[in-house]
Amino acid sequence: MIKLKYVIKIYPDGTEAVKDFSLEIKKGELCIFLGPSGCGKTTSMKMINRLIPMTSGKIYIDGVDVMKLNPNELRRGIGYAIQNIGLFPHLTVEENITTVPMLKKWPKTRQRARAEELLKLVGMDPQTFLERYPSELSGGQQQRVGVARCLGADPPILLMDEPFGAIDPITRGKLQDEFLKIQSKIKKTIAFVTHDINEAIKMGDKIALMQEGKLVQFNDPATLLNSPKNEFVRNFVGADRVLKGLRLYRARDIMQEPPLKVKVGDNPVKVRDRMKRDMLKWSMLVDGQNHFLGWITYADLEKAKSLREIMVPPAVTTAPETLLNEAMSMMFNSAIGNLAVIDDQEHLLGVLTFDIIRNILGKENSGNQKRFGGSKQ
Amino acid sequence: MAVNLHAVLELPGLINKENIIEAQLMWILAWNYLLKYPDKILEWTLQHLYIILVANASAAVLGILIGIFISREGREQLADTVIYLASIMLTIPSLALYGILMGILSALTLPSIGFLPVVIALTLYGLLPIVRNTYTAIREVDPAIIEAGRGMGMSEQQILVKVKLPLAVPVIMAGLRQAIVMNIGIAAIGSYIGAGGLGQPIFRGIANYRVDLIIVGAVFVSLLAIIMDLIMGRVELITTPKGLRIRGRSND
Repeated sequence: MIKLKYVIKIYPDGTEAVKDFSLEIKKGELCIFLGPSGCGKTTSMKMINRLIPMTSGKIYIDGVDVMKLNPNELRRGIGYAIQNIGLFPHLTVEENITTVPMLKKWPKTRQRARAEELLKLVGMDPQTFLERYPSELSGGQQQRVGVARCLGADPPILLMDEPFGAIDPITRGKLQDEFLKIQSKIKKTIAFVTHDINEAIKMGDKIALMQEGKLVQFNDPATLLNSPKNEFVRNFVGADRVLKGLRLYRARDIMQEPPLKVKVGDNPVKVRDRMKRDMLKWSMLVDGQNHFLGWITYADLEKAKSLREIMVPPAVTTAPETLLNEAMSMMFNSAIGNLAVIDDQEHLLGVLTFDIIRNILGKENSGNQKRFGGSKQ
Repeated sequence: MAVNLHAVLELPGLINKENIIEAQLMWILAWNYLLKYPDKILEWTLQHLYIILVANASAAVLGILIGIFISREGREQLADTVIYLASIMLTIPSLALYGILMGILSALTLPSIGFLPVVIALTLYGLLPIVRNTYTAIREVDPAIIEAGRGMGMSEQQILVKVKLPLAVPVIMAGLRQAIVMNIGIAAIGSYIGAGGLGQPIFRGIANYRVDLIIVGAVFVSLLAIIMDLIMGRVELITTPKGLRIRGRSND
């Protein structure tokens, strides 16, 4: 979809911003351009839509050399979102979102419909916000409108330059989740610039790590974390790279069937025998509709008359979408040390244990680079 | 007021009590003049206004065009020069400028006294605030906004018309307001070379020692300046894009 071949950028003052940069972003892939400031990641991205002219090399989009296209036409076909958002303060939210449709001279009604659709997509109410001005929006809302605007004319490609940069960490996390959800639906081909390794791991299908204008490593996040190519990558990824790897998974990717699921009405003696046989320390109690009720421990079963009376109610449970790093910190708060994964109707879906997590991380480190769940969302 | 005036004016020992009474008398005479010849005053005011509007309209058109032209990237050197020349212009005394223009115009066989040289001079004076404000306003548009526009495929011209200029409007209007108020004062001197306006009673008063006429001219020039300032303040507000007037009603 996007192919950069031996791209070089040398500024007039002699600075070599990008050196011999080659990379391919496949259709529907979110590719992170990652690196410390001044590594050339933004420059590389901006050469794709020719905001920065390259010194030499070739960039192809769908096999077409971008230098052969009219730059304005090229840019209208590529969504563009930047860190400082750059909303037009004198235009309403609707006019901002429909900037590119307006440039492409869509009919007014179609522009309006598109603006409404996009506002809904980014989780904002069209009735409330279409007529508002950027100065009337909070930072998070402005970022959302910025994302909606870059999707304005439904371009197949998006260039995003730290689109969630200028925002508090909590809102940023929320926007990242929402964006991943959107991306899972719209499947755009995205070049995404960030300097934040955590954001890169969370968002990226592929990560292109750059240093001083050179592409150092280009891999999926798991490979980057588990087999850093050199000292620079190892340092950039950080000593806690194993823990960072937790972000690669969501609870549903690695949760397992409970070793033993027991029903409220089951006979405690039988349950005890069964657990003794299977050498289980705990089992999970559900009602007739598979709603999770609590934990049963082997030690408590001895003198129990009913399962309900010895049940340990869960201190925390989690949703299948939870990132593993968050799930793990919940597990530290759980009395049993395990975490039940339930859906929004409290049906028991599976269980997370420290053993499962250790296995996953161990497997990653012993050279098996296959990403477990695969999907980001 | 008479006592205060007395105390102040007596210091140099030039003006005695009788003179002060005379001064008060002049204000009364000026008032009488106003009551007696309102049509004349109206005529001068309208002449004055006409000169101002023509001159400032030309200054606005020219100034904004020049401002836009010099604000293009890579023209910083030119911009410095132009703004420098415009500020030099303001240091030329108006009477001298009228004289210079009379020379040039008569060489071109154009009317060298009256309306034309005054309008040209005022246009030149009005350029500085307008050019400078246009230039500054355009250059100070947030680069992120311009980059967003360019990144979405706006041509340079579209960026100028749809982004830079609307955002620059308040500052450009402030420059125009400044030019108008300043020129109302300078235009009075234009009467000296026959352009009419509220300078006329002033010069006539000086020539004939009719202080009441001087007062009438001065007061009306000042009033005109104050009123135009108020009007332009409103215009400035109205022409400011709505999104820039609303500030921070944020909620999340």
